[in-house]
Amino acid sequence: MHMADALISPAVGATMWAGSLAVLGYSSRKIRETIDNKTIPLMGVMGAFIFAAQMINFTIPGTGSSGHLGGGMILAALLGPYAAFVVVASVLTVQALFFADGGLLALGCNVWNLGLYPCFIGYYLIYKPIAGDGGNYRRIFIASLLSVIVALQFGAFSVVLETILSGKSELPFHTFVLLMQPIHLAIGLVEGIVTAGILSYVKNARPEILDTGAVSRPPAAGLPCKNILIVFVVLAVLTGGVLSWFASTSPDGLEWSIEKVTGKGELAEQEKGIAPVLKEIQEKTAFLPDYNFKQAHKEKPETEKVPAWPGIDTGTSVSGVVGGGIVLGIVFLIGYGIRIFKRQ
Amino acid sequence: MAFDSQYYNVGYLDRLSYQDTFVHRLDPRTKLITTLLFLFTVISFSKYEVAALFPFLLFPAIFLTVGEIPPGFILKKVLLVSPFAIFIGIFNPLLDHGQVAILPGLTLPAGWLSFASILLKFFLTVSMALLLIATTSFPTICHALRRLGLPSIFVSQLLFLYRYIFVLGEEVMRIVRARDMRSYGRKGTEIKVFVRIAGVLFLRTVERAERIYFAMLARGYEGDMPVSKKYHLTTSDLAFALSVIVCLFIFRCYPVTQIIGNFFRGIFS
Repeated sequence: MHMADALISPAVGATMWAGSLAVLGYSSRKIRETIDNKTIPLMGVMGAFIFAAQMINFTIPGTGSSGHLGGGMILAALLGPYAAFVVVASVLTVQALFFADGGLLALGCNVWNLGLYPCFIGYYLIYKPIAGDGGNYRRIFIASLLSVIVALQFGAFSVVLETILSGKSELPFHTFVLLMQPIHLAIGLVEGIVTAGILSYVKNARPEILDTGAVSRPPAAGLPCKNILIVFVVLAVLTGGVLSWFASTSPDGLEWSIEKVTGKGELAEQEKGIAPVLKEIQEKTAFLPDYNFKQAHKEKPETEKVPAWPGIDTGTSVSGVVGGGIVLGIVFLIGYGIRIFKRQ
Repeated sequence: MAFDSQYYNVGYLDRLSYQDTFVHRLDPRTKLITTLLFLFTVISFSKYEVAALFPFLLFPAIFLTVGEIPPGFILKKVLLVSPFAIFIGIFNPLLDHGQVAILPGLTLPAGWLSFASILLKFFLTVSMALLLIATTSFPTICHALRRLGLPSIFVSQLLFLYRYIFVLGEEVMRIVRARDMRSYGRKGTEIKVFVRIAGVLFLRTVERAERIYFAMLARGYEGDMPVSKKYHLTTSDLAFALSVIVCLFIFRCYPVTQIIGNFFRGIFS
């Protein structure tokens, strides 16, 4: 369920990047405050552990197909939510770079979908209240099963929202939801059982590890305040996403919402370089055919779709086909030329 | 085992990034930022745009040839991750029935056009991201991220991850091989066994982390990763960044493909 670059629009990509960067910055600051240096190598090796555990396949009972471990919830239970979020973000970054699994622009979406929900919503709202401090085996089992399932449902729903808001896919909203949620219910069930099993094993062999995870946990008194803040960030991103969707019909709105989201915080520095280009892109995209929620008016007669094609008459598209072939040829020649030039 | 080959691919990608060519020598910040700009420009096209995307193939082509990266390797990796984009994109031809005239006498459903657009965008973005890592070693990318203002704890996390993926990867391959030797068919791959293996692996990982921490303390670790090599923006970096930006701008704002097409049609008719 990694999002791909080709399926998202710039507005969605930038919004999710801003949201994920904000949570990353916040988590990093929290870790600096609450964790000693000893935990930093542990976090790093834990990321590699998740990778390694994903390499071991296992059989899913009843189906005969094989599954792999996801891991966000295990990290949250063992390292605490802040450290876990940073580890998940780093794992996804490496996956995006080395495996091309999810693109660089979609990285913000992926960190949000696979990191934020297990680490903050799954952990704070479900795992922590049920499992308590250490807890017994049954509580750990129920807590991990429920939290993994809920986190995956949130993640899958976000994938649907991000895809629909980007408007690159024709999939109707309800079909897509009906496709994604049940699949991820099944995945969540298996992953929840595996997560519970590993946590129980660790509790059995080295019970103090589950307790030392408490080092990174914030004091109980600060909890409500943090929850409010997280809810706030979630709301900010959701409204940002919805606004940019509404705004894409008018250039001012899009410009406004992108500036609103990226204008403050860590992105300020990079923005200088990107801003003029972004602005250019916005001006361009504003003239493009309106492609939001087409499925909402699916009954629209065919004739109505034709005007959404300004300037498409046969003449220009012939040029497009001819030009496309020639550009391909030119690219190939340039590449070939460089190669020959380099051989000498 | 599918993951085996993927794991070795990472090692190969890593080796490629230590070559010494013009692209490899560029400052990692330059490459990172220009790649992001490239990706942004590509995905900003409307969902029916196909022709205007062709000129962008120039960038992967130049990276491939100047950086001396084998094209077959990149193609194979792109194909490996394509199922998700295809899965989502294939619904477009089924659901979008508007007709578009491509050539005189040839009309296509608009859905196929947007599907082609998704595939082309997918190819451009994925190959460019892979080429970034194939021409820039991972530690230098981390260094660039640090200089661009990402939290130091996240960057050291990335460096640790990069270092220990290879170590734990080899360990896990030994474990899996041992398990497969002792089990026939599906036996031995149940969840119960997996949980035990993962648990053991986890405990070993924790113990390893403790040893690593002491070793690092002995070498003067104080919570931040120092870098030995300093990078400077040179004139070739600036020239590279500038030409990329100019090209992106032209390809984005002018229908280059159509102009070339018109030009050649003018010659031949």
